[in-house]
Amino acid sequence: MEKIYERVSFTSKTSPTGYCPGCGHGTAHKLFARALEHFNLRDKTVLVYPVGCGGLAMPWINVNVIGAAHGRAGAIATAIKRANPENFVISYQGDGDLAAIGTAETIHAANRGESITVIFINNANFGMTGGQMAPTTMLGQTATTAQSGRSLEEHGAPLRMAEMIATLDAPKYVARFALHDAKNILKAQQGIMKAVELQVKGEGYSFVELISMCPTNWKKSPAECANYIDETVLKAFPLGVFKDVK
Amino acid sequence: MSKEFIKGNEAIAEAAVRAGCRFFAGYPITPQNEVPEYLSARLPEVGGHFIQGESEIASVFMVFGVAATGIRSMTSSSGPGFALKSEGISFLAGGQIPAVLVNVSRGGPAIGTIEPAQQDYFSAVHAPAPGGFRCFVIAPQNVQEAADFVYEAFDIADKYRTPVYVLADGMIGNMMEVVELPKMRDLAELPSNDSWRFNKYNDDGSARILSTYMPMGELMQKKNKEMAAMYEAWEKNEQRWEEYMVDDAEYIVTAYGSSARIAKSAVKELRAEGVKVGLIRAITLFPFPKDAFAKLDYAKVKKMFCAEMSIPGQYIYDVQNAVLGQSQIIPIQTSGGVILETDMVVAAVKENL
Repeated sequence: MEKIYERVSFTSKTSPTGYCPGCGHGTAHKLFARALEHFNLRDKTVLVYPVGCGGLAMPWINVNVIGAAHGRAGAIATAIKRANPENFVISYQGDGDLAAIGTAETIHAANRGESITVIFINNANFGMTGGQMAPTTMLGQTATTAQSGRSLEEHGAPLRMAEMIATLDAPKYVARFALHDAKNILKAQQGIMKAVELQVKGEGYSFVELISMCPTNWKKSPAECANYIDETVLKAFPLGVFKDVK
Repeated sequence: MSKEFIKGNEAIAEAAVRAGCRFFAGYPITPQNEVPEYLSARLPEVGGHFIQGESEIASVFMVFGVAATGIRSMTSSSGPGFALKSEGISFLAGGQIPAVLVNVSRGGPAIGTIEPAQQDYFSAVHAPAPGGFRCFVIAPQNVQEAADFVYEAFDIADKYRTPVYVLADGMIGNMMEVVELPKMRDLAELPSNDSWRFNKYNDDGSARILSTYMPMGELMQKKNKEMAAMYEAWEKNEQRWEEYMVDDAEYIVTAYGSSARIAKSAVKELRAEGVKVGLIRAITLFPFPKDAFAKLDYAKVKKMFCAEMSIPGQYIYDVQNAVLGQSQIIPIQTSGGVILETDMVVAAVKENL
């Protein structure tokens, strides 16, 4: 029989990714690990990890990792790549990290057009700390710090990072995908491959936002989460490629 | 070796390059602007990299990232900037990353003044950030020492894998003096960082994880104990101070940095008038030179004076902790950018003879 699927060769066979059932982080990790394997990058890779759930897969991913302070991954990734251009630098961040406390580092790394690959997990809440409101929380969605639901008047609308970054001159590839069903996961894989290839070719900055489920904090089953993404989240965060400079 | 007439901030920058610094990130703030300005042009000449960060916070984390790859790295700022850098300094300490931090300090609190002051003593010496750690802190008194200490700071940082904090002030940073700059280091002669730089894979192919997160209290405590042992080793082996006419002194003036240089002039004037006065200048601020004060013959010392450009006083607390009540300590203080004057020190001593 033809082998059509196997685990990414360098990932741990003994450590789990560490994520809750239904969480998108594990899928996202598998997708970018697959891209690293495809381009034979593992031995060059430097992974800049955030504070938050993002970093839980440290023992699983089995590439060289530097743990950033909350929000600072954009600055750390920038500088490592500048001073060590032979390294493949990937910054993996959640929405509290990238879109709240790290907004400045995120925007400026993008605006400088650093030759890095940014993977942004948008699950509409602060996951690790227990479901507080994030800049990406849906209007009406409840959070532990917005118990009546996010309101436009009090909290503002969900922050669309991919669209914001696509307005800048320097970024080469900016896209948003979703991880709630197989069809979307396959599209996300193609987008991540493209973002990784850009850095391999030395062509500049790429940003891939991944809409991800958080069953634990959304207090929904994985199936309900997938429906919520289709019916609500993707209305606030439309999928698509916002910038693709040839 | 050639002598140059050079501004303090530029001497700091050039000394860093000669020590092997190949990465600098910083953010504009007076009175240290010539450090990043100089390095923005100089580092590319030697194959290094300069980045003007979007903030003090981004800048210190750029240094964190590059220093963690084993490249000698530095950032500089002044008081308000160090308030912002504190998070990154904690990560340097927690990650055991060697790096050099230069504070060309000014008056505070808050925006304060851009004039020279010594009001960042507590911040540098006792609490560079929350989390309970220390930086190795060294304080130059003139431009020559600013260059020498920055140069040496990279070696100390590598030896102990710690952030080293050079506490200068706006006077040292902006004054021009004749300086003999240290020799250019050959990068090939620097100590190997292959055992710890995180962007190198282990020999067995396994990955390196540089994380300051400790999943269990016991592990954190173990690391805290290791760091405490390092600080004790500094206190045992690395205390540094200067004594001037202390042997027969009945009166002792103590100070550090620019204040010590001014106080030394006062000691010379008083000696010319027959007053038996001496100076103890702290050079390392952490480890604090306790031994200089422990070995004094307090039966002979009538009074002590502590001069610093900070109101309320800060350095004086460490002096009191070293003198342990064995002598009265009279503060001589200016603040906020008002520069200590020789006459103030002379007058204070004379009033208390």
